[in-house]
Amino acid sequence: MRILEAIFLVFANPLFYKITLTASTPLIFASLGGVYSEITGVVNIALEGIMLLGAFTSVVFTYFTGSVWIGILMAVVSGVAFAWLHAWGSIKWAGNQVVLGTALILIAQGVTGFLMVPIFGKPGQTDFVGKVKEIKIPGLSDIPFIGKIFGELSPFIYIAFISVAFSWWLIYKTKLGLRMRAVGENPEAADTLGVNVYGIRYFGVLMSGVWASLAGAYLSIGEVGHFRELMSGGRGFIALAAMILGKYNPVGAMLASLLFGASSAFANQMQSSSLIHVSATVKPLFDMIPFVLTIIVVAGFVGKSRPPKADGVPYEKVS
Amino acid sequence: MNKKVSAILIPIISVLIALLISTIIILLIGKNPLVAYSALIRGSFGSKQAIADTIIKTTPLILTGLAVGFGFRAGVFNIGAEGQMVMGALIAATFAGNFGLLPPIISIPLTILIAMLVGAGYAAIAGFLKAKTGAHEVVTTIMLNWIATYFASYMVTGPLKVGSGTPKSPEIADSAQLPILMKVGAIELSAGIIIAVVAAIFMYILLNKSTTGYEIKAVGFNPYAAEYGGISVAKNIVLAMAISGALAGLAGATELMGVHHRFLGELSGGKGFDGISIALIGQNNPIGIIFAALLIGALRTGSNEMQFVGVPKHMVMIIQGIVIFLVAADRIVRTIMIRKKVEK
Repeated sequence: MRILEAIFLVFANPLFYKITLTASTPLIFASLGGVYSEITGVVNIALEGIMLLGAFTSVVFTYFTGSVWIGILMAVVSGVAFAWLHAWGSIKWAGNQVVLGTALILIAQGVTGFLMVPIFGKPGQTDFVGKVKEIKIPGLSDIPFIGKIFGELSPFIYIAFISVAFSWWLIYKTKLGLRMRAVGENPEAADTLGVNVYGIRYFGVLMSGVWASLAGAYLSIGEVGHFRELMSGGRGFIALAAMILGKYNPVGAMLASLLFGASSAFANQMQSSSLIHVSATVKPLFDMIPFVLTIIVVAGFVGKSRPPKADGVPYEKVS
Repeated sequence: MNKKVSAILIPIISVLIALLISTIIILLIGKNPLVAYSALIRGSFGSKQAIADTIIKTTPLILTGLAVGFGFRAGVFNIGAEGQMVMGALIAATFAGNFGLLPPIISIPLTILIAMLVGAGYAAIAGFLKAKTGAHEVVTTIMLNWIATYFASYMVTGPLKVGSGTPKSPEIADSAQLPILMKVGAIELSAGIIIAVVAAIFMYILLNKSTTGYEIKAVGFNPYAAEYGGISVAKNIVLAMAISGALAGLAGATELMGVHHRFLGELSGGKGFDGISIALIGQNNPIGIIFAALLIGALRTGSNEMQFVGVPKHMVMIIQGIVIFLVAADRIVRTIMIRKKVEK
């Protein structure tokens, strides 16, 4: 029964909810990026690579300028440039989108590892370069329980939730959003109605570069203040799963991201529980939880989640 | 253009373009590309030892390349070769530690069989989920990779752990180790390479001369037409994943039985991912895959030497990424080729 008690205590601890928020934030950003790209019909598994590059670029520019905000800005610039490569290969040249995505992940892993030595003088991990300060909301932090969760959070977390609301509005309430969805569902019909299919798809993919690079920037200068090789650690793929589970909808993707965030927060908190002893040996089994959950959820729910009809299909104008 | 000619030309030109870009990058960081490339070649083919090392590195790559390439032919994208390789080797290591009483003629095939079955079973999970629920195999195999990694790290720090220091499993029985073909200094070249080449020839025959190969290719080419023609798509997806996984498991077996002789915490080291590049460069043709694996194997072996002259070995990943990019968007290369022709 000790284990049930330990589980109960985890859920009763405000720290669990705070860690859920911090663990979900990169997933929310990245899955949002996935939504933008895929509703216009371009599969983007390069999210993992864009994240990694964003995490690296933000640290590099923070290191040289001393300003985390310039770091974030440059992360977004690099994310858009990198996403442009994906758009160029998959839209203009009608390449296989899944394979292009894996190529870009490999390039991002190579580039970030490659530049580490000339820029920071050592491989593996950079020094601490500074991080984005948490926002402390005065009245809020005094409230018991709630204050411990929301009292002092990274601005990234607020930006993530604002981004979800903004994206929902853009995709479902504006003309541009309607066009994006039309291009993803039926590019031929959209084209006949005078919608610029290529332009809209470029927009979708480039926007996914914006959000995925913010996800990466949060991992480095938002959370820890340095860059570590391969620090995105598969989160780009979990974000893809969250996007599918969230039915290609920004709000759904956010909810799914929160679920995955909660599962890793749970694994994390169980490991530091004082009631049960989690030895170094058993630790990997706890680290496995979010990935097992992802499989169960993707397999269990995917039947109900339908990708846009033209997702992954290059569009070629008949002229 | 002739289809067969372009199937060979496109990867070659892609590699050349990638080398051109990497030359520019090496110049940008202020190093001499000629020095870097000669170090790369010296490191991979410059001595007997280097050649043996390259062959050792190439062996599992042929098999993971075959695994991914076979999946492509059947219309499934197996990113999980990594995990299948780890699981195959891990479970085989667990059994093969106790094969001391068996003669090599039994224990070697038995260990290989276990690794292949485990790899097949692990991959079949993703195939089954795709066939039954439509869960995309890219997402499920990636998750299975992480699960395999964590599971392996649990096994070698827990139940299987021997000694102190680096987490590792006990050594497998001598009778389960692959025979050594050649010994150069500290490097032992095992019979693994023969297994890999035989597997490639076998896959070539399976794909081109058998009914199973025909059905699998039909499903990969057009699942709707195949279904209409009386071929079960669901059955073939699971089967294709299982065969793909068996090949990845075999890659794990050759590493276990021929190189390390025990399971180490980090057995795979990205070989499953390299399988994707290799399958693409080899154009999913088993014989092409042997040469593509040799290319990547040589790059990986030589990159250590390149590191000594001041070019980070990550350069090789960038080259590989650019090659995959160009092969995936092969129209870029085709356009360049056509332009060249017009100029002449």
